[in-house]
Amino acid sequence: MTHLRKHLVVVGHGMVGHRFVQAAIERGLTETHDITVIGEERLPAYDRVALTSFFEVGADALSLLPEGSYADPRVRLLTGTEVTGLDAAAKTVTLADGEVLAYDACVLATGAAPFVPPVPGHDLPGCFVYRTIDDLEAIRDAAATAKVGAVIGGGLLGLEAANALAQLGLETHVVEMAPRLMAVQVDDAGGSVLRRHIEKLGLTIHTGAMTKGVVEAEGRAAGLMLADRDEPVPAEVVVFSAGIRPRDALARTAGLEVAERGGVLVDEQCRTGDPYVYAIGECAAPAGKMYGLVAPGYAMAEVVADALLAGPGTFTGADMSTKLKLMGVDVASFGDAFATTPDSLELTYSDAVTGVYKKLVISDDGTRLLGGILVGDASAYGILRPMAASGLPLPANPEELILPVSSGTSVEVGLPDEAVICSCNNVTKAEITDRVAREDDPCADAACVTACSKAGGTCGSCKPLVKKIVEDHFTSVGKAVDTSLCEHFSMTRAELFDLVAVHGHTRFDDVVAAHGRGRGCEICKPAIASILASLLNHHVLDDDAFALQDTNDRYLANIQKNGSYSVVPRIPGGEITPEGLIVIGEVARDFGLYTKITGGQRIDLFGARMEDLPAIWTRLVNAGFESGHAYGKSLRTVKSCVGSTWCRFGVQDSTSMAIALELRYRGLRSPHKFKGGVSGCARECAEARGKDFGVIATEKGWNLYVGGNGGAVPAHAQLLAGDLDDETLIRYLDRFLMYYIRTADRLQRTSTWVASLDGGLERVREVVVDDALGLGSELEAAMARHVGTYFDEWRATLDDPAKLARFTSFVNAPDVPDPHISFDTQRDQIVPAESSGPVLVAATIGVGAPVGGAR
Amino acid sequence: MNGSQAEAGPLTPTMVGVCRVDQVPVDGGVAALVGGRAIAIFRTFDGNVFATSNYDPCSRASVMSRGIVGSRGDATYVASPMHKQAFDLRSGVCLDDETVRLPVHDVRVVDGVVWVGEEVTVAGGGGA
Repeated sequence: MTHLRKHLVVVGHGMVGHRFVQAAIERGLTETHDITVIGEERLPAYDRVALTSFFEVGADALSLLPEGSYADPRVRLLTGTEVTGLDAAAKTVTLADGEVLAYDACVLATGAAPFVPPVPGHDLPGCFVYRTIDDLEAIRDAAATAKVGAVIGGGLLGLEAANALAQLGLETHVVEMAPRLMAVQVDDAGGSVLRRHIEKLGLTIHTGAMTKGVVEAEGRAAGLMLADRDEPVPAEVVVFSAGIRPRDALARTAGLEVAERGGVLVDEQCRTGDPYVYAIGECAAPAGKMYGLVAPGYAMAEVVADALLAGPGTFTGADMSTKLKLMGVDVASFGDAFATTPDSLELTYSDAVTGVYKKLVISDDGTRLLGGILVGDASAYGILRPMAASGLPLPANPEELILPVSSGTSVEVGLPDEAVICSCNNVTKAEITDRVAREDDPCADAACVTACSKAGGTCGSCKPLVKKIVEDHFTSVGKAVDTSLCEHFSMTRAELFDLVAVHGHTRFDDVVAAHGRGRGCEICKPAIASILASLLNHHVLDDDAFALQDTNDRYLANIQKNGSYSVVPRIPGGEITPEGLIVIGEVARDFGLYTKITGGQRIDLFGARMEDLPAIWTRLVNAGFESGHAYGKSLRTVKSCVGSTWCRFGVQDSTSMAIALELRYRGLRSPHKFKGGVSGCARECAEARGKDFGVIATEKGWNLYVGGNGGAVPAHAQLLAGDLDDETLIRYLDRFLMYYIRTADRLQRTSTWVASLDGGLERVREVVVDDALGLGSELEAAMARHVGTYFDEWRATLDDPAKLARFTSFVNAPDVPDPHISFDTQRDQIVPAESSGPVLVAATIGVGAPVGGAR
Repeated sequence: MNGSQAEAGPLTPTMVGVCRVDQVPVDGGVAALVGGRAIAIFRTFDGNVFATSNYDPCSRASVMSRGIVGSRGDATYVASPMHKQAFDLRSGVCLDDETVRLPVHDVRVVDGVVWVGEEVTVAGGGGA
């Protein structure tokens, strides 16, 4: 037999190992190879770059493989498994349990390990490194009983670790041997600006400080002894973050050549000294140089996938640019940041008041940008990094590139096609324009380009630039980016909202006459009905509004497949009395309805005929129920757990909060339906983070998450603000919801709305928490109007004969039920019967002119 | 003008008076029983009245009278409340799929009363 499948072994399941497996699957390598991936950690690959957000979002949100296995059955993932041996001659790896795996090709992706300087006491209880989720869990447990923590190392990772300690409530010290923070990325001036920012947050920085040892008390770490200082720095939690070392032990024992400072030596195809063994990521040293960033590791993963397919890809070095937001401070460094190019010039801008420092390194003839450093404001990074990487000519007044926008005119920069826009995923400008310009299946917007090309999909710093390139392309081909609502209105929903509000329109006819054309359609009519409902809070069945509504709003119920409707009484927070349950049961029984408990903690009654809706609601309203708004675009439910009232883990009364929020926002019309959730502790039994707004109790108050949803593209809500008291929580929620209602597109969920804003969640935070637009009180007032003018739509309908007259099966035979609605039975309840065509009714209708009729 | 549109003209013997025109909401519809069939009657903002089958051929439910009435270019249409297929009110032709058609009926308004007659075939009324 000649067509035997080959076996590929990947040692290491971190970000780079995972990326390699993804590339192998995407490129069809699994057609010929079985792959075994061996990860040492108990969890599959996760986003180590975002490790610090673990305390905020948990392990699940960081996972790069949430399902825990690859969808391709030819890939086997072993987690919590150590590889103890590599025999390059025999082409085998040995696992800790003795199992021996033969391979045709082996890829080492073992990453790097934190370097712990061998100072006395470095292994005492209370000493940690900052590398894995297990490390962070151990730090969290230790911080629970500690007051002071110290981080050894003031580099990028050290400051991340310090931020984590501060978030855990510890008084935090940072000890850095170099004379400044982030010595690899920023210069002295940048380091001191950064230092001031971080000290403002209450952290203590010790630079030029050498750690001599860890002080011990009662068998645990108690502080740090620094050289040239008498008093130790107190610290019950000590985190070592003094650099990383490649994990190349396996390669060394196999006799593979390593670089002088560690790392497996590999050629341009990432092949080690053995032709069947490759190394990628931080354990590898292409041309003797080790790269401690994820982007070069990703590039190496792609190169090896290419090499195994006999492709031409090579790795010849990588862009070491970095941009990050550290404790709210922008820091970026790119290209030749330290002006090592002979005769290069430096151009700096520094504003001590606002804490902004920017430096450009320029070629000696002043024509090209070589590199730069940005601290405090890195907004120019998106344009400057590709400019430096591509050697684009500088504009005549390069200082304008770093001056604040208000003092200089904005510089229009045309990037060359080969400029790498997204360095995380190595996407060039040409690839982005190709996505929108291609003949077959072109992308229609920047979001689609990100989905298709990954540009902007990893760290996100190039997203504004991707958007601009896409829009520039559309402009260049004379195609305006069409944001029209429909053929009747050329503006977006948000613009229309403002127009209606400013002009004070109250009727669709006035809106279409003043701002539109034609007579409207099924797109703009419900959108304007929703805008009017948000602004006026009138009854949606008022004469002027009735014909604008989709059928669900028109009949205050949700239409189902055979033309019958479902009825859902509001059950705030899912809390209901036994009497209430009995009433719902009796109504369902008496009207022959199918009942189901919903995922939103209430009871659906299905199969109601339109003409029966008033009778059904009369019974429900008389029993104290009100409309559940399980129709139209409005608040559905606020799900809750039982919280501190009943649960032995609960720390706040989540049920009372959920009821309060549901009653506050009931009836609120919005661009898309939305839901909320309140959990009484971090166990999250209400699944609040799957909702548009999620509230999770903490010991100190409430954490507020926004932008989650189920649906076709599920999204987890993200943390907007933490430890809020009741009043602040409601204020932020009022602002968030009104801001969404005013500015989102039609049918745009909160998750996609947040993603569509320039700045994303950060922008929402600026508006909602920082009140950067000064809109806060206006948004709160709008919500106060809604709350103050709320009334139950069903009760008001039952009180109005003109509205009730619309709930008739046939205008000339109101007592004849529509024969097109019929049911079968399944598990003792009704289900819709399939229709085979129009039905003839044998009812006798008086022939001739009708008389009377309510109107 | 199309036969489905209310205009001056004699009533035929098979026509049935179903309701007063002011019982039909402007830019909206009501359902009526005519000859045992479920019929949807629509009134547009300019005073025209149309009659179609109430049975949506796409969703196979009797719901057309509950659709939203709108305009696309010159065409006046009703969108099915189920999946929003648009049907030209004059011809019944589906603007999104010309192979689908909603039966249209003869309709007259006399002295404020809507009269509905037989199903009619309207030539060349599709699209717009």
